Amino acid sequence: MTGSAIEVAGLAKAYGPVMAVESLTFALGSGRVLGLLGGNGAGKTTTLAMLMGLLLPTTGSIRVLGEDFLRHRYRVLERINFSSPYVDLPHRLTVYENLRVYGGLYGVRSIKARIQKLARDLDLEGLLARPYGRLSAGQRTRASLAKALINSPQLLLLDEPTASLDPDTADRLRSYLRDYQKASGAAVVLASHNMLEVERLCDDVIMLRQGRLFDRGAPALLITKYGRETLEEVFLDMARGRSQL
Amino acid sequence: MSRSLWASVRRVGAMIERYVYLLKGSWPRIIELAYWPTMQIILWGFLSEYLVHHSSYLARASGVLLAAVLLWDVMFRGQLGVSVVFFEELYSRNLGHLFASPLRAYELASALFVISLLRTLIGSGMAALFAFWFYHFSIWRMGFVLVAFFMNLLVMGWAIGLVVAGLVLRYGLGAENLAWAAVFALAPVSGIYYPISVLPHWLQIVAQILPAAYVFSAMRALFFHHIIVARPLWEAGGLNVVYLALGLSLFLRTFHNARLHGRLLNLGE
Repeated sequence: MTGSAIEVAGLAKAYGPVMAVESLTFALGSGRVLGLLGGNGAGKTTTLAMLMGLLLPTTGSIRVLGEDFLRHRYRVLERINFSSPYVDLPHRLTVYENLRVYGGLYGVRSIKARIQKLARDLDLEGLLARPYGRLSAGQRTRASLAKALINSPQLLLLDEPTASLDPDTADRLRSYLRDYQKASGAAVVLASHNMLEVERLCDDVIMLRQGRLFDRGAPALLITKYGRETLEEVFLDMARGRSQL
Repeated sequence: MSRSLWASVRRVGAMIERYVYLLKGSWPRIIELAYWPTMQIILWGFLSEYLVHHSSYLARASGVLLAAVLLWDVMFRGQLGVSVVFFEELYSRNLGHLFASPLRAYELASALFVISLLRTLIGSGMAALFAFWFYHFSIWRMGFVLVAFFMNLLVMGWAIGLVVAGLVLRYGLGAENLAWAAVFALAPVSGIYYPISVLPHWLQIVAQILPAAYVFSAMRALFFHHIIVARPLWEAGGLNVVYLALGLSLFLRTFHNARLHGRLLNLGE
């Protein structure tokens, strides 16, 4: 499949006898937004970690931005980035220093200008000189997102990007992400428990249950398919094992 | 310089910048770097002054104890400069961000070497200045061979630091005390303050595979006989090449294992 940002086939991850992810196959086209839905332990973070190269799959193949990711991930890592509330940035470095360091790691040119732009866009200008460890949870989420966007990635992996944000900031952040995605043509994978967020941002959704692909489709199609009114109701049906066609 | 090599140098530079920010952002850390070596020098300096007047052995080579303390500290600081600085990534739960970036594990190791050198120069340099000011002992009186002593001990420290970092990557921060224990476990057989000939035969065999034992043997030859013996320094250098390669292999291996078992996302405080 040409034009795919991600192609995953037969992906599985086993921890001893426990299958964290099993037989996962999907593709994500360039410029599309894919939501990963599932309860705790459904395999979302494991899948994201394999897409970032932080975790080696037990079996299966991953192609990212046209490259065999398991063999040549360094060819594409400069064009990927991620944000997760569960992975911190160095606490003692200021936001500016953190962004400078990551700009260096990703080979960003005109790093000062890039940091200033992200600071303006994400309302971080007053926080650049503050150590990351002294930020509130919401401020950390924005700083982490700035790090995720530092290299203008073609593939952005987001694990609960609006966790810890107040509704107003979360809403503005979603608008920003949507605008960024449309302007850059980046592909985005979004793992979230916020169903409204998924409905608003995602073109396509993968529903995971116990490490397996449960269903996939556009949010509106899934809602229709399961005869529900919201994606949250579909999710609850899946999580509680009562979804039937 | 090829594009990929330049990119690699740039990433190493970014990591060095990260550790320099960490260092300059905390003056207690800079003081701590110099504090322990300086305390050692004060203690051993007075002991040395006393022994020089009561021991014919030390009277022949005043300053040998201070030189030994300073050089031993190079190895200790070199090791800590790799392992403890690596722990910073675990304390801040930053490994996930680092290794989702284009940073290679060997580039991280290279940055750790550079920052270890810088920290060692600060810590041991301050102690050497103190020894000169307080005891009129100049470490530089050893001459250019000091560079060979310094580099051999520093590289041995790096090799041990990589092993410790690898073990912590494998077993988690519960193993961090190894950073403090590892070098001291080698102290008795490194011949720092005495020739290894005083050791039991089987420990002499152990000492012969340690680069530090060759360095301190050469240091004593310089102080007591005023000669530079090159052979032990070459032997130490050869052993260091082997140990550094082994340390790096272990670090890269445990990094691969961490990717296999999902520890890059989970390791931390």
